[in-house]
Amino acid sequence: MRKAFDMSKQKNKLAGLQKRKAISGYLFISPFIIGFLVFMVKPLFESFYMSFCNVNLSAGNVTKTLAGFTNYVFAFRVDPEYNRLLWEEMSRMMVYSLAIIVFSFFVALILNQKFKGRALVRAIFFLPVILSSGVIVGIESNNELMASLAQTIEQSSSGISVTAALESILRTAGVGVRAYEKVFEVIDNIYDVALASGIQIIIFLSGLQTISSSMYEAADIEGCTKWESLWKITFPMISSLFLVNWIYTVVDFCMRSDNAVIEKIQKVMIDQQQYGNASAMSWIYFFLVLAFVGVTSFFISKRVYYYD
Amino acid sequence: MTNSHVIKAGYEKLGFWERNKLSGGYLLQKKVSEKAVSIIRFILLFGMCFMILQPILNKISVSFMTEKDLYNPIVVSIPEHFTTGNYRLAAELMSYSQAVMNSLIISLTIAALQIAVCTLVGYGFARFDFPLKKFWFAMVILVILIPPQTIASSLHLHFRFFDILGIFKLITGETINLRGSKLPYYLMSAGCMGLKNGLYIYMIRQYFRNIPGDLEEAAYVDGCGTLKTFIRIMLPQAKPILTSCFLFAFVWQWTDGFYSRMFLGNTKLVSTALSRIVDSLGAYIQRINGVKTTISVAYSNCILSTGTLMIVMPLIVLYLFAQRAFVESISSTGIKM
Repeated sequence: MRKAFDMSKQKNKLAGLQKRKAISGYLFISPFIIGFLVFMVKPLFESFYMSFCNVNLSAGNVTKTLAGFTNYVFAFRVDPEYNRLLWEEMSRMMVYSLAIIVFSFFVALILNQKFKGRALVRAIFFLPVILSSGVIVGIESNNELMASLAQTIEQSSSGISVTAALESILRTAGVGVRAYEKVFEVIDNIYDVALASGIQIIIFLSGLQTISSSMYEAADIEGCTKWESLWKITFPMISSLFLVNWIYTVVDFCMRSDNAVIEKIQKVMIDQQQYGNASAMSWIYFFLVLAFVGVTSFFISKRVYYYD
Repeated sequence: MTNSHVIKAGYEKLGFWERNKLSGGYLLQKKVSEKAVSIIRFILLFGMCFMILQPILNKISVSFMTEKDLYNPIVVSIPEHFTTGNYRLAAELMSYSQAVMNSLIISLTIAALQIAVCTLVGYGFARFDFPLKKFWFAMVILVILIPPQTIASSLHLHFRFFDILGIFKLITGETINLRGSKLPYYLMSAGCMGLKNGLYIYMIRQYFRNIPGDLEEAAYVDGCGTLKTFIRIMLPQAKPILTSCFLFAFVWQWTDGFYSRMFLGNTKLVSTALSRIVDSLGAYIQRINGVKTTISVAYSNCILSTGTLMIVMPLIVLYLFAQRAFVESISSTGIKM
């Protein structure tokens, strides 16, 4: 009897503790909840609603009249640029994200080896995270002086460009021309890729350093070549980081300020004051990106191997 | 045992070529391949590092050139007529000292506010169990994923006609126009909805999760309250991640164009000044000449590079001193999804 009483008391106490923990947990995250409800949910719904409306801003008053799907129809069928920009930006995102992942993995593999000046190289590779953020990205890509300089150099030394020569050889071979074009486009813009892969390199590097060297030693003794141990040890051990990096890369890419779709949306919203159209465009873009992230990370997460 | 010692000692006495012969050519092969790998690695890394640094070096050399040098095909990187006039002009165009002061104050306060709030939230997610925890964390991920541009249009209007549950309208009969004031952005930062705040929450949560919970439990057993435990026990341990998040928040706020243009449009900031520098150059030259003149692309780009350099310089200095804090905390967070 007494034992049962004790038990129930203990249970009560436990429940009380849990309750207290839950309350303090909620207290800790309450800033997020409030901020999320006020500054995210409400504007999100509003902007979703606005995308179905004609919005008029006149004399300090907003008037919204429901207009069905006209804004979406406008974005897809009337606006001369939007379709093209959307398609270009999505394909660019796909190609570049892949390139960034491959590049950063490769660089991380190199940086994981021991050599002199490793810290310096690591610092330089991380520098773009700080320097090429915000407004500076847009300026970098709009730098016409650099572009014209590059053009004059290319013209004056016609045919010397290695990628151009390779491209022409492969073109005459006539295999998969479009795929090659994409590859060469990425190689020509390797600067952009390197700029965007600072954080990914560090994440991969940290993953590589957690793999214990005894695994490689064991593989080495068993007669495993470096190439094999890359695929059989390194790859599975840091596969979860591919998922993290992939999501980060895609999200980072679609939020860059030199993104053509975002520029278009801002132009429509701020210069032309067409809030309805701008909302519809941004929702289309957001859904496409979300679907892309969802589908791809679903496929990646199926291949991910968790060690513990 | 002793036998092997003898053999080893014997090998060490031998010269390289004898040892190579004994190993059947394997030693030479190994040495050569090691050297080759290190040379190739050096070339690759040197090339890539140069690629990253080149634009900065280029900007530095261009920023000291006079306009004459820009058109001189012989001048490539070392200016013939050395000048600091570009810096003076860029500083005037951006009203540099004022912009830097403003940016400094805003970036510091915003970063401090954001990190303080994000730490609370991150700790809450890392250490407490409460109903709907998964749901709220999914919302954090959603905040990371939603581009701020999606909700920009309605936020724009939200702050144009700002009201909390209709209270102000009841009292004064009118909503408040918060456009152009700094308050909205501070409010958003206090609600974790600033620039990349979802990411900070995620990073801080990861860090707290990796700290073992024994100390905390000991503190609870000794009768320390939740808040006190958090401040006295957990915060000191989280110093590295907090510094690096703070640095990130500071740097990204410093260069941010979107939120600055949206909410702080009336305040002179370095980021907005930089994005407007070409236009203000045009206006400046027009004011001097009295007639509308088109500025050459080369010269406006020269001024633009100078301006970029002036804005980036404080960050580079900061990075030189705090490189470790930037890099190392990231390595400690991203490990587990």
